[in-house]
Amino acid sequence: MPNPFYDRDIVSIKDFTKSDLEYVFSATDRIRAMKPSQRGELGKGRTLGYIFYEPSTRTRMSFEAAIASLGGSSIGISELKSSSVEKGESLADTIRVIDLYSDVIVLRHPMDGSSRFAAELSENPIINAGSGSEEHPTQALLDLYTILKEKGRIDGLSIAIVGDLKYGRTVYSLLYGLANYKVDIHLVSPPSLAVRKESIYDVQGRLKITEHNELDGVLQKADVLYVTRIQRERFPDLQEYEKVRGSYTIDNATLQKAKKDVSVMHPLPRLDEISHSVDATKNAVYFRQAANGKELRAALLALMLNESPAL
Amino acid sequence: MSEASQLLVRRIKDGTVIDHIEAGKALFVLRALAITGREGTVITVALNVPSSKHGKKDIIKVENRYLETSETNKLALIAPRATINIIKDYKLVEKRKIQLPDSIAGIFKCPNLKCITNSGEDIKSVIDVIDKEKMVLKCRYCARAISVDELVF
Repeated sequence: MPNPFYDRDIVSIKDFTKSDLEYVFSATDRIRAMKPSQRGELGKGRTLGYIFYEPSTRTRMSFEAAIASLGGSSIGISELKSSSVEKGESLADTIRVIDLYSDVIVLRHPMDGSSRFAAELSENPIINAGSGSEEHPTQALLDLYTILKEKGRIDGLSIAIVGDLKYGRTVYSLLYGLANYKVDIHLVSPPSLAVRKESIYDVQGRLKITEHNELDGVLQKADVLYVTRIQRERFPDLQEYEKVRGSYTIDNATLQKAKKDVSVMHPLPRLDEISHSVDATKNAVYFRQAANGKELRAALLALMLNESPAL
Repeated sequence: MSEASQLLVRRIKDGTVIDHIEAGKALFVLRALAITGREGTVITVALNVPSSKHGKKDIIKVENRYLETSETNKLALIAPRATINIIKDYKLVEKRKIQLPDSIAGIFKCPNLKCITNSGEDIKSVIDVIDKEKMVLKCRYCARAISVDELVF
């Protein structure tokens, strides 16, 4: 199969088929097994440019660590105050300029659809590292990869997605990715943070979804508990945020009611939705998930930058 | 066109008559077609004309311009019942209905205020028609499904 990621934009996970996803997962397995010296040849002399209009820890650092592990370098802006964005430069001009200095561009922006717009302007491929509350496709890739590694399969699993399903962009990318598999999906949220139907219209026929307001009913069923943060920054009204924050907290008492081998995942950062006491249990997957982020992004970059990478 | 309507708006020698526009939508139709009046040709607009079929209708006559199918199909979401009449030397030479295109660029705003097309960037909205039966639309940028009622001019 030809490399489906070479010189291609990663704007939406909907742009990729199940076999594309499997292609990147197996490339991730192979890159993990490579010696640093071999791996360091895959991105030699290549530059990753990034601009983050919203804060990031894991996504930006994992992309930087990923390109470094391939022998490439990264340049970018994560503090807008030190850039011309502060002077009012448009996204279009900013992307055109980063495009001049980079082989691949990583963009995080607060507006939905920003990455698709950037991809139209840029000669080099764009990676969407979060576009408003629309999508975060590389997070979904690493989430699916993590489920595969933890459970040995994705098909046949029961997956509960909990928390802020309205504004959480990782939720949508994950749902779009899961539409390629036969899974039972349980969506757990307060009614005010239920999933946006208008954003799952074209995949809903491929998803078996049950919606819940309470966590208790799904704990016995779920193989994976994917917990999300209530996104304070996306609430138009902070009073509404205060009403729903801390709606679902996963702690050791919650785990007592769940399947013994339930995998607790979180895209991070977390606030109080997963108690720190869960960290020491074998159910806590979220730090391994974050570690997979670097490896999967390294594989993705190697595939995007090389038509036939020595993987 | 009924006799009463013809009396209200004079016959044209050459051009396009858009008839049976849903009452009150003619000004939107002009906007969608980017007809401003600055073109210099005679444009007649009649609003709320009595109609035997629908009670009331709007009519637009654009003289000396033959609107193409690709232009008038943009009206599918504003005035789906409208008929396009091409007139040459006072004779009706072509009559056509409007057909829903696969996508419409630059006419409607995406109703999602957080969509990049509403950000002030130099970008034209593109609305794709994803289900012609149920009239379901989707913004090509933010990927949200939109109903016709939600469209913003």
